[in-house]
Amino acid sequence: MTRKQRRLTLIGAAGAVLAIALGLVLYAMNDTIVFFNSPADIQAKNVRPGTRFRLGGLVKPGSLQRGESQQISFEVMDAESSIVVRYRGLLPDLFREGQGVVAEGVLENPGVFRADTVLAKHDETYMPREVADALRRQGHWQGEGKASQQAK
Amino acid sequence: MLVEAGHFALALALGLSLIQFIVPLWGARTNDPVLMGVAPASALAVLACIGFAFLALTTAYITSDFSVLNVVENSHSTKPLIYKISGVWGNHEGSMLLWVLILALFGAVVAVSKNTVPVRLQANTLAVQAAITVAFLLFILIASNPFTRITPVGEGQDLNPLLQDPGLAIHPPLLYIGYVGFSITFAFACAALIDGRIDAVWARIVRPWTLGAWSFLTLGIAMGSYWAYYELGWGGWWFWDPVENASLMPWLAGTALLHSTVVMEKRDALKVWTILLAILTFSLSLLGTFLVRSGVLTSVHSFAVDPARGSFILGILVAFIGGSFALFAWRAPLLRQGGLFAPVSREGALVVNNLFLATACATVFIGTLYPLALEVLTGEKISVGAPFFNLTFLPLIIPLLLLLPFGQTLAWKRGNFLGTAQRLYAAMGLAIVATLALLAVTAGGPVVAPLGIGLGTFLILGSLNEIVTRSWSKGTRLAVAWRKAAGLPRSAWGTAIAHAGVGVTVIGIAATAWGVEALGTMKVGDRLKAGSYEIRLERLVPRVEANYREDVALLMVSHNGRELGNLETMKRLYVTRNMPTTEAGIMTVGLGQVYASLGEIQSDGSIGLRLYYKPLVLLIWLGALVMAAGGALSLTDRRLRIGAPARAKVPPSSVPAE
Repeated sequence: MTRKQRRLTLIGAAGAVLAIALGLVLYAMNDTIVFFNSPADIQAKNVRPGTRFRLGGLVKPGSLQRGESQQISFEVMDAESSIVVRYRGLLPDLFREGQGVVAEGVLENPGVFRADTVLAKHDETYMPREVADALRRQGHWQGEGKASQQAK
Repeated sequence: MLVEAGHFALALALGLSLIQFIVPLWGARTNDPVLMGVAPASALAVLACIGFAFLALTTAYITSDFSVLNVVENSHSTKPLIYKISGVWGNHEGSMLLWVLILALFGAVVAVSKNTVPVRLQANTLAVQAAITVAFLLFILIASNPFTRITPVGEGQDLNPLLQDPGLAIHPPLLYIGYVGFSITFAFACAALIDGRIDAVWARIVRPWTLGAWSFLTLGIAMGSYWAYYELGWGGWWFWDPVENASLMPWLAGTALLHSTVVMEKRDALKVWTILLAILTFSLSLLGTFLVRSGVLTSVHSFAVDPARGSFILGILVAFIGGSFALFAWRAPLLRQGGLFAPVSREGALVVNNLFLATACATVFIGTLYPLALEVLTGEKISVGAPFFNLTFLPLIIPLLLLLPFGQTLAWKRGNFLGTAQRLYAAMGLAIVATLALLAVTAGGPVVAPLGIGLGTFLILGSLNEIVTRSWSKGTRLAVAWRKAAGLPRSAWGTAIAHAGVGVTVIGIAATAWGVEALGTMKVGDRLKAGSYEIRLERLVPRVEANYREDVALLMVSHNGRELGNLETMKRLYVTRNMPTTEAGIMTVGLGQVYASLGEIQSDGSIGLRLYYKPLVLLIWLGALVMAAGGALSLTDRRLRIGAPARAKVPPSSVPAE
């Protein structure tokens, strides 16, 4: 192998790996990224049933219901609207009515969101600004944002 | 008083670091041995000052000095002693102090290794290290002072309960030694660029530092992962969370650096790339520090964190990454290029390793920063999670792992792929047999687990194979082979062990596919089954401890009807912060674990419970321990302990007074 061939092999290999990586990233960007919506966004953006996204807002006081074998439903609201969330599992320690929550799952129909994860990290991450403002007005922060920032 | 002295010591350390930054640099430029000799002396003095400051803060914590804001915010008089001490770095200000302490510690170690590091390189390196220290000391003194006094209050606000755990006592120091350890390779790289001279000797000097930092980072990440696994109660061990990615990126770049320095040392090639990697690795460490410590991850529009801090660290980040890249762009073309080499050779394989690791690191980088960039630019909030990384990171890492045993077996300079493959027939054969056997036994189950375990087996056997073929061939008596194996360089053993550790981790990860879980509402006497493991709720008992009270669910674990013992999982309420936490109950059975996590306790006495059985899960972290052990063994290699001959004779008068 001449020097030139060796260099070409190297550049070719690097180019191939990078091209594959770029292809994977672009493909994954299309397919696996999860958007964030508040209850009002669902109507505003006309989110279709079957779409996977993260839902964030406040847990509507008095809306939490527990059914058989850890079936749970609650309502998530923002300043304008609310949506029913159904979930089967254990709720995170800091889940409370009247406080912020982020759930990931699929929109079943325009009024029901089926969550497979309710985020335990109870902090201002992914919190829409209007919800955050609402939270602050209601004085619900209790320094939890700080606590979660220290957690790692 | 001690607190003020600690504060003063930090200011003194800042002054000394400034001296350590400017004087040796000038000394190296003018070739003045006296000025260059300032570097080691001041590095030791800086360590003494920062060490004193750190002790002062620790004393304030141990004595519960509630006139110090930092102690009030993060400690409590009833907290156990170990958490009073670990609380020192369980908060923003204290952790930054630990950061600079480790920075100074590394500087001091370079300062005392004057037998192995040429004087000029040492002076320039310590100057660069001092520049980093200056930046972070300024940050601490201006924006993040841990010594702020307040009017004394009666009681502290306690440490975040999640952090009151032995895991916190060791995880951050290990991680920081790793993160900050790469500052030394960065400093060496910048010093080489400043000096315009870089060769195999440089690589030999830098390699142990890379190895050490890498080993600690490996341990730190593994410890953090285990902590998240048992403390957060979600049963997962890796969430592709930006904070985790922030530590994974320097690890990937550092792993690449570890391998490229080998090529540089042995073959005097890949010089520019190695320098670039050294810069990149520490840049990623800085980026990690920025992401975690600035509050940008908690929220882009955060209020719990002082925004001045974020911009300050961002400033440091930009200055050092920008500065080092400018230096690189300016000086790198002057470096003499090393030779090219045959694609099929050990060095060729190491290039492949670097290519894959660097690309994998880039995908993690994109996945971590894209959501942040998008939010800043468009306001749109997205989350990039496991599906993204499974689709991008895994397809890059799996081929790398498949190729690993081949690369390890290939000869330097001119390898023969077919010959190498022949040497690996036994390992490949056994791995394939293991895979097929597992597939047959677990037919109908997930295919991923047997395939992954086959890959892990191949990695372990491939590493073993390397040691065996180097010490035994047909006809060699066993005793002779044993002596030969024992006589192999420790770096060869270290390499084999570290690579086998990768295999162990891969097996642990693959086996998670066999994990089973169950969810149920239980009353006393009820049973819940996950796979072949079953638990029975024995009773619920309340308990009161010094700084929390808890409700304990006492479970009896049985396997196929045979009782294995009790397991406790609790809901705790930390009184001071009024914060509930869940403590998972974990029982180790062989290498697997039964994991129970308690949910809400209802007024009728029923509880929610999630039960997991995770076969072989311990291998994930044991593998990381094995990797770090391999790194440590490599560090004791004779070649690394014996220094390179000094380039310039230094007159005795210039030996710094230490």
